[in-house]
Order: sequence, then structure tokens, then C-alpha cells
Amino acid sequence: MAKNISFTLKYWKQNGPKDAGHFEERHMENIPDDTSFLEMLDILNELLIEEGKEPFVFDHDCREGICGMCSLYINGTPHGKTERGATTCQLYMRRFNDGDVITVEPWRSAAFPVIKDCMVDRSAFDKIQAAGGYISVRTGAPQDANNILIPKDDADEAMDCATCIGCGACVAACKNGSAMLFVSSKVSQLALLPQGRPEAARRAKAMVAKMDELGFGNCTNTRACEAVCPKNETVSNIARLNREFIKAKMHD
Amino acid sequence: MANIDSKIPEGPISQKWTNYKAHQKLVNPANKRKLDIIVVGTGLAGASAAASLGEMGFRVFNFCIQDSPRRAHSIAAQGGINAAKNYQNDGDSVYRLFYDTVKGGDYRAREANVYRLAEVSANIIDQCVAQGVPFAREYGGLLANRSFGGVQVSRTFYAKGQTGQQLLLGAYSALMRQVHAGTVKLYCRYEMQDVVIIDGRARGIIARNLVTGQLERFAAHAVVLATGGYGNTYFLSTNAMGCNCSAAIAAYRKGAYFANPAFVQIHPTCIPVHGDKQSKLTLMSESLRNDGRIWVPKKLEDAKKLQRGEIQGRDIPEEDRDYYLERRYPAFGNLVPRDVASRAAKERCDKGFGVNNTGLAVFLDFSEAIQRLGRDVVEARYGNLFDMYEEITDVSPYENPMMIYPAIHYTMGGLWVDYELSTNIPGLFAIGECNFSDHGANRLGASALMQGLADGYFVLPYTIQNYLSDQITVPRFSTDLPEFVETEKAVQARIDHLMGINGKRSVDSIHKELGHIMWEYVGMARTKEGLETALTKLKDIRKEFETNLFIPKLEGVNVELDKALRLNDFITMGQLIAYDALNRNESCGGHFREEYQTEDGEAKRDDVNCFYVSCWEYQGEGKAPVKYTEPLKYEAIEVKTRNYKN
Amino acid sequence: MWLTNSSIGRKVIMSVTGIVLILFLTFHACMNLVALFSAEAYNAVCGALGANWYAVLATAVLAALVAVHFIYAIILTLQNRKARGNNRYAVTSKPEKVEWASQNMFVLGVIVVLGLLLHLYNFWYNMMFAELVQGHAAEVTLGGKIYEPTDGAGIMAYTFSQPVFTVIYIVWFVAIWFHLTHGFWSAFQTLGLNNKIWFNRWKKIGSVYVTVLMLIFVVVALYYCFCGGCVAGSGCYSL
Repeated sequence: MAKNISFTLKYWKQNGPKDAGHFEERHMENIPDDTSFLEMLDILNELLIEEGKEPFVFDHDCREGICGMCSLYINGTPHGKTERGATTCQLYMRRFNDGDVITVEPWRSAAFPVIKDCMVDRSAFDKIQAAGGYISVRTGAPQDANNILIPKDDADEAMDCATCIGCGACVAACKNGSAMLFVSSKVSQLALLPQGRPEAARRAKAMVAKMDELGFGNCTNTRACEAVCPKNETVSNIARLNREFIKAKMHD
Repeated sequence: MANIDSKIPEGPISQKWTNYKAHQKLVNPANKRKLDIIVVGTGLAGASAAASLGEMGFRVFNFCIQDSPRRAHSIAAQGGINAAKNYQNDGDSVYRLFYDTVKGGDYRAREANVYRLAEVSANIIDQCVAQGVPFAREYGGLLANRSFGGVQVSRTFYAKGQTGQQLLLGAYSALMRQVHAGTVKLYCRYEMQDVVIIDGRARGIIARNLVTGQLERFAAHAVVLATGGYGNTYFLSTNAMGCNCSAAIAAYRKGAYFANPAFVQIHPTCIPVHGDKQSKLTLMSESLRNDGRIWVPKKLEDAKKLQRGEIQGRDIPEEDRDYYLERRYPAFGNLVPRDVASRAAKERCDKGFGVNNTGLAVFLDFSEAIQRLGRDVVEARYGNLFDMYEEITDVSPYENPMMIYPAIHYTMGGLWVDYELSTNIPGLFAIGECNFSDHGANRLGASALMQGLADGYFVLPYTIQNYLSDQITVPRFSTDLPEFVETEKAVQARIDHLMGINGKRSVDSIHKELGHIMWEYVGMARTKEGLETALTKLKDIRKEFETNLFIPKLEGVNVELDKALRLNDFITMGQLIAYDALNRNESCGGHFREEYQTEDGEAKRDDVNCFYVSCWEYQGEGKAPVKYTEPLKYEAIEVKTRNYKN
Repeated sequence: MWLTNSSIGRKVIMSVTGIVLILFLTFHACMNLVALFSAEAYNAVCGALGANWYAVLATAVLAALVAVHFIYAIILTLQNRKARGNNRYAVTSKPEKVEWASQNMFVLGVIVVLGLLLHLYNFWYNMMFAELVQGHAAEVTLGGKIYEPTDGAGIMAYTFSQPVFTVIYIVWFVAIWFHLTHGFWSAFQTLGLNNKIWFNRWKKIGSVYVTVLMLIFVVVALYYCFCGGCVAGSGCYSL
């Protein structure tokens, strides 16, 4: 049965990338603990609108943990703390206690400028993807799908890498603002599949170059990314990317 | 009476698409460069269409409301995608997929479109595998399949419980490749507000930049809408928060017909509603019905105890459980189509056998599967879904049966399109869930992904050329033309009006009210009286919206305004659904009118009077729309009563 | 050049220089181990590593490696701070998985370098440097006593006879240990020589290896701290 909790919410307000930004505080009363974190923020916004105030802006869409739109840094952890790893939308208020102070911040990283409040611009990820995160195949009639045999283990591993939802929690958690977990997951997925091999070298080089150009930091293997990834991507992807990249450069 | 011409090609059904492609007009490569196409939406249909058109050489402008094309709600589809590959040697064929889809749609889909869909389904799998979509494999390296509701073969390809995500990422990668090549220009966080018509043809759109709040004009030779369905009219649905029908309604207001709006799919396996603060409903994949068994208690007193929280599902002994789907539909059991499963759940709950505190839930039980297969196998198949369920409900499906209840999921209706996927406005196309053509009155599981990709990769890139071939001499349009100026002015006036209401109510509070009315009167079971009540109440909602809405006055990002503009169209959409539901005097697929049912509670179609596609034409705000009909002509399939019993 | 102008390349520089420095430490530890058993033998090694061209060259290479490792650490740290942006999080929490050392490699590195400077002053300055400046007949005066530059054991005994140095050195060794517990597996990870299976293996191998390595240094320092007099005064090298 659901019970109600009351707590103090500190949330970040920032009017555009140039604004300094500040926290606002609000006491939230009697929030049922079976509401999701985002529904709790909906309640906050209802209250703010009732008072004729400007609502708190944050990104969200599917609310079932797959679109990767949500991007809240809650009490020092991207998406907030859960055991298995989940996105903000799958964080439920039963994870919090009566009397808590809950601090909500945006992803803070130079490559993700704040648009407003906790809404940040993650288009850098799209640019990295555009640089080479694909297999160059024309729409039309490629060979029959079963002509390419892929061992189950490889397919499963590729699937695990492909699970990345591009939310940017890895960048948010990394003290270096590095995007290596994101980039390596995509590179890994395609590097593990025979269809992706012909372009593997070109892809690794192009995506890393773009990542560097966009101002993401250097990976120092702290594994903070892995610890917070809602889809449980691992740093073994990063090792694979390093391998692919070094191999590619050696061949040049 | 308008002449509804579906432009179905001549010839036997299996030859229509081949014939069409052989004889259609094409645009040569040099001319493609001179032609611009706007694609609105970046889901499976939008992204695949934009990528394919860009690759062919057209100049494409692609819009999405999210921060990245990869976020479109296609990403949330869990279960899989159908294709008539017959890899399992279980007798599948293009015809069987076609037949199953038409039957599943309760014989209200357009035969020729569905056949084409079944025909290209196999290409989709080839295309996606070539793109690097990591479909599940068998140990031998071949592709694996599972089965889905409403069919007796295993033809569903899947990638864990994240098939939609993987297919969308495939299409997204193809799209980003074209962005990189410069053939597609991407506009993220842009929302289309209106379509610009010049001399009767769609020639551009007015879009709102959601970051700056400014309206911008975009011109092109053709406009493609791939903006999804209108499920969020009901407020609570499995759709994403941002899903809306504004683009489709904008087209409808400009004269495009809206077809079969009453056909709304209610998905049987969603996590039940838990409170009034809830913002959306979470779907549990239909694939769960492969191994899960649906039941409620046989005894009313057990149900009462469950509702009071005195006992749990696992406490009820086997002999006191009523596996009502297996009882009523022995041949298909737990795998009956969605509309049938949903109604059966509602029937049990209406009789008082609901199993949660609201009495609006049934059990989906895996204990038998865990005994039969072992926990490891069940975990490998459904682990991520089980985790998600536990995260949301705090109950582990390994220990206790899941609770599920039907919820709005998909909309079969949409903009009317002909065989070429063109609306009745020349130059305006609609693809994916945004159009109506392929699913009739009910969509089978794993068919939405198939249709989105079929339209985007394999159908529209051909058919749009038939339209564009005579446009090659038309130069690019200036966005300073009076039509653009006027359209933008009208949109701006609408925004100014909404901002100026200065009432008391938030957008969401009105939207919730709309949702309640829709679910109550235009939901799973509809009656004439209920629908009439709904229409009256919707008028009140419209009035409340127009007079008591509050939107904060902000420069730049204004989420409340975004939502208000969408709600404006949801209200219109709600009325449209109600009109169509009231007008369709039969029960079929997702549309169930209580007046039209058999003695044992099954849907009763009227193939004499209702064998048509309803096409609604806008007559102005506050006026009832006018209905035209496109009679359905079945050549290949004999229309029968749907039977999932034996 | 990809080694300098790509993020992975710069990390490869860190990784390779780091691995070579670990190899040097291994060599140094083996050498120190000798000093536990025989001051004479140890001094023979010291003698071989005096102002000979190969030893000087090796020292120069080592110095260059340290310099490159350190300079790139600075470059990477500056880039990473810039990538992090100007706004810091108000609340942070370190996930359990994240090791403290991994997030403080630069600070540890600075401590290591400071210790290194002291170490060079204590030993290298009195040994190789003295020989280079004064030639073969060189001698140095420490604490009123005169030592030959090849009398490593003696100089060690002298240095560690002062408890403050022993403490400083042990702190330094601990810092190096922390630095290497992360640095070891991280170097292999950066070179791409890692995967799900090898991840734990490298970590275990790394921690055992590094612990043994640093224990040798600690033991030798402590030995010379407490028994230094008897080693140096054992008569092998009296004045």
C-alpha cells in the first residue's frame, strides 16, 4: 500500500546557457510514494502554475525508460539511485524518505549546454552518430537476412551494446565529461557484427575525432559512467573502442 | 459527395504492387536534386522515409519535437516486428501474413495496402539486418522468432524486449548518415503547427522552434507527415508524453480527410492505473502472453479479498483460478488479438472479479512457465520486463502474478490516404501510425513496426515520385509568398489568443478531464447515449479550454504553451473519435458498441451497412464534420466472422 | 599525429609511459631487494649504474618518460576540467564501484613527483650526479661522514636513519601504490587489452603485483631505518 511522504525539493533554475542559474526550494507535502519522480515534478508544476508562476522545465518523453530523454541529476547521481539502474522516469518516490532534502540538477558538462532549467542540449551525441555511427547500406534489397550467420553470443553481446539509450548520464557522471561509454557502445555494437566490420576502422576514427572536436573530456577509466548507466553498459565497450581505434591508426 | 479514389492498381492482388512499380512515373537523378521534401517526424516511418529519400537524391528537411530523432516513440515498442519469412518452416507466407492482418483488423483494412505490406515485410528484415540491427539469434547463427497474438505461426523477429528501439536506432543511423552526407537537414525541437497550401497543393509548413518560441516557415515540393497517432487524446495511454495529433489535425483542418478515427486500440497488458497523479501507463509487452497465463479468481469472495489486500494472487489455489481466455478461446488461448483480450478483461472486472484495490486488474501469471522452463529461461526471456514491473509496482513477478489492465495504446485510424499514401490534398502524404490504411479496426501485435518501416523504406520513396515527376519544372518556393505569411499569421493569432486567456486552469488539468470523458464514454465499450453525452461534455471542455486556460507568459521555452497547442487539437480529435464511434453502427475490432454484440458478448460486425472506411471532412470549429465513405472491396479474402475459438 | 591529437592517443601515451615506469619500478625493487641480503652486492649494482654512458642514457630516458607522463597528465587534466564545464554539481555522491584512486590520479601523481624530487635529492644527486660532476674519485659528505657515490647502502642507511625521511618515503610509497592500483589495469584498458573476462583478472593481477612491488620498497626502507647501522657498519665499507 502506498504511503505519503513529505520532503524538501531543491531544483535548479537557469534561463539559458549564459545565465548563472540558482536553486529554488520548495517543501512538498504528502506525496504518495507510488508516484514516479517525474509525476512528483508534475505535481510541483501544477502547484507553480496554480500560483501563476513559471513551471520547472525538464526533458522527459516516453516515461518508460527507453527514449533517453530524461536527464536529471538527483542527489548527486544521474537519474537518481536505484539498484538495477533505471532512468529518472522509472525512479519512484518510495526510494526517498520522509524529511529528505532532494536536490535536482541538470547534466553539467561543457558539451551539454543548458537550454533552460534542467533541459540541456545533447545534440552533440547526434553529431557523433552522424560522423560514423552507421553501416553504409542503401535502402533497397540487400541480401537475405539469414545469409549473414551471426553466432548467438556475438549477437547477444552486440544487443547489449546497442541497448544504450543515449541519455548522457555517462557524461554527466564523469568527472572528465567524457562521452566514451556512449561512443564505445555504438562502435562496439557495429564492430561485433560482421556487417559492421568493413567500416569498423573508419567508424572508430571518425566518431572519436568528432567526440574530441565537440569538447568531451578524455576517459581516465574511473568507471563512474558504468556505475550510473541506466542500461548497464560496461567499460569493456571502452576497451573495445580503444582497441578498434588503435588498430585503425596503426594501419594508417 | 466527394469522390474518394483510393487509386488501387489493376490486376490480381499479388501483382498490384509489382505492376504499380513497373508503371509508375519516376524522377531522374538530376531532377531529384531540385526537389525538396519535408518529412515531419523521425519515428520508424519518418526516419526511414527521410533517410531513403535523402539517399535517393532529394533534398529533405526532417523535423522532430524531441531533442534527437532517436527519441521518437517508436523506440518504446517492445515485442517485435512481423515478417513473412517462413524461417521457422511453419507454413508462413505473404498470403498468410496478409490474411492474418486483414482478419486481425476485423475486415476493415484496405486489402491492397495490406497485401503490399505483407509483401515488403521480408525486405524490412533484410534491410534492418544489413544496417546492424542485433535481432535475436539461434545458436546456429540464424535469426530467431517468437509468436504473437492473433496468429498461429512464429513470424515475429525481436531484439530482446527492445525491438522498437533497435529498429529505430537502425533507421536513425541511416538518417544520420544522410545528415552527414548533407542530403537531409535536421530540425530538432521543432513542432509543426500548420501546413501551407498553395493552389491546392501542400507546399510547406509553419513550425514552432520550441527553444526560441518563434514561428518559422519552411517550403518544399511535398510534405510527408509521419507524426504518429492520437492515443494521448485519452490523457492516460502508453504513448509518450509528447505524442500528439496536432500535425494530423492541422492537415484535417486544411481539408485532409480523417479516416476511421473510432478505431483505437486498447492494449490488454498494461500496468494498472494506481492514482490520480499518474501521467502515463506503462505497457508490458504482448510477448509476455507467450508464456504468461491470464486469470482472475473463480470465486467472487476471493476477488473481494484481493481487492481488500487481504490475500495475494499466489495464495489462490489452482482449482479456484479462472483462466478465462483459455476457457473462452481454446484455439488461441492467451494469444487472442488485443481487442478480444482487452474486452475479456473488462468483462471479468465489470463482473467484480478484478484483483487489485480498484477492482480494475487481472493477473498475468508466470508460475507455470517458471515450473516448466525454469526461472533462468524465464529470466532470459523477460528479465528486463520483470525488472521494470518490479521497479514500478514494488512486486516481483517471479513471486507473485503480475497485475495488468487494458490501456489505450495505438490508433488504427488516421489521415485518409490512397494507395500511394497521399492524402486527398495533393502533395501531402501520411505514413506510419499517422495514416489509417493497414490495420483496419484492430492492429495485430508486432505489425506497427512493420507498417512504419514498410511505408518509410519501401512504399513512400516509390509512390512519392509518381507525384513529384510532374513537379520537376516547379522552382523552389519563397517563404515570403502570401500563403506562408497568412498561415503563419493565423498560427500566431491562435497562440496569442491562448496566451491571452489568462484563466485559472493548467493545461494538464483540462487534459485529464478530457481523458476521463474519453475513457468513460469513448473507451472500450461505447453506447449511443454515452457517445452523445461525450459530445456534449466535449463542448464544455472546449469552452473551459477557451475561457479558463492559464499559460505563463514566457520568452523562449514555454512548455505549457507547447502542451496547450496540442490539447487544442486533442479536443478536436476527441470529438472526431466520438462522431465516428457514434456513426459506426456495429462493433468491430477496437470499436465496441454495446448495442451490437452477440449473445456471448462477442463483437457483431455489420458487413452490409458498415463495410467502408469513414472519411471525415472538417467543416469549421464547433461544427459537426461531414462523413464520406470509401467502400471496401475485398477480392482475395472472403469476409467472415472472426473466430478465435476453434 | 594521432598519439597527440586524439583523446585515445593521449591516453595511449599515458598508458605506455606508465607501463614502462612500472617496469622500471620493478627493476628498482629487484635492485633494492639485493640490499636486503648484501650491502656489498647492492653497491656493486650501484657501481654498475654510476656515471656510465648506458646508465646515464637510461636515466635520461626515464626522466623523459616521467616528464612526458606528467606533462600529458597536466594536459589531460586541464582538458578534462574544461570539458566538465564551469558549473559544479552542488551534491555529488561517489558510486561504490568507483575507486577513490581513479578519481584522484593527478593529485596522487603530484605527490609522487614531489617524492621523486626528494628521492633524487637524497640519492641520485649524491650518486650518479656526484660522479658526473666530480669524476671517479668523487666523494660526498652526508651528516659529517664521507661516502663514495657508489656506496648506495651507506647512503640509504644514512637517509633512513632519519625517521622523518622514512615516514615521508612510506607516505610516498603509499601514494605510488594508490596511483598504481588504478594505473595498472587502466593502462591495459586504454590499450584495449581488456574485456569482460580480463577486466577482473587485470584488476587482481594489478593489485597483487603493485602491492608486492611497493611492499619491497617499504620493507627495504624500514630495514634500513631500523637496521641501517649494522648494515653499513658491518665492516664491508668502513671509512
